Amino acid sequence: MNFDKEFDASGLSCPLPIVKTKKSLADMQSGQVLKVIATDCGAVKDMQAFSDQTGNPLLSSSEEAGKYIFFIQKK
Amino acid sequence: MSKKMAIIATKGTLDMAYPPFILASTAAALGYDVQIFFTFYGLQLLRKDLSSVMISPLANPAMPMPVPMPVMVQMLPGMESMATMMMKQKLKKHGVASLEELRELCLEADVKFIACQMTVDLFEFDKSEFIDNVEYGGASMFFGFAGETDICLFV
Repeated sequence: MNFDKEFDASGLSCPLPIVKTKKSLADMQSGQVLKVIATDCGAVKDMQAFSDQTGNPLLSSSEEAGKYIFFIQKK
Repeated sequence: MSKKMAIIATKGTLDMAYPPFILASTAAALGYDVQIFFTFYGLQLLRKDLSSVMISPLANPAMPMPVPMPVMVQMLPGMESMATMMMKQKLKKHGVASLEELRELCLEADVKFIACQMTVDLFEFDKSEFIDNVEYGGASMFFGFAGETDICLFV
C-alpha cells in the first residue's frame, strides 16, 4: 500500500504508539496515508479504537514477522 | 464539541504518577479536552525535577519482586532508592515513556494542569519549584470543568 509518511513505534509501549501516531498525523494533509509499525500487541486494538474515535480511517491492520503494521488515512 | 475528561491526581509515588499522565495523553490524542487537578501528594508530579518521585516496596505487598523480601529488609536504608531504580529500569526496558516525557506529551497536547492552591500552601511549596504551565485554583474552579466532563477520574 502506498503511504506518505512512516512512523516506527517499534519498542514503544502504551500510550506512546497512539499518542505519537496522533502527533505524526498532525502535520499531514487530509487524505494522506500514515504507515505505523508497532511491536506492542496492545496497539492492535488501540489503533482501531483510535481510528473509531478520531474518525481517521484505519485502511489496514496486519502482522508481519512479529510486527504490527497499520495504514491510517488522515481525515 | 469535543468530549471532556478530568482527572484528580492525589498520589506522588512513581507507580501512581503514571496513570494520570498516560490517561491524559491518550485522551488528548483521541480528541478529548483534558484537565488534571493535582492535589495533596499529586503536587509532586508538577515539580520541575521529578527525581524525588519514588516507589517504595514498604507496605506495598502487591509489588512484584524478583525475590520475596521480608518487611524487615524492605525498611533498610537505600531500599526505596533501589526499588525506584529497578522500577525505572523495568519501565525503560519495556519501552514505557519516562514521567518527564509523558508530562511533556500532555502539555504538547494542551492538557491543562491545575494545582490545588490550598495544598500548595499547606505543604509550603514554592511555585518556582513547579513547571511553568500550571494554573492555580480551588475545587470550585475545577468543578466548573469537571461538571461538564464525560469522564472524571480520581487517582
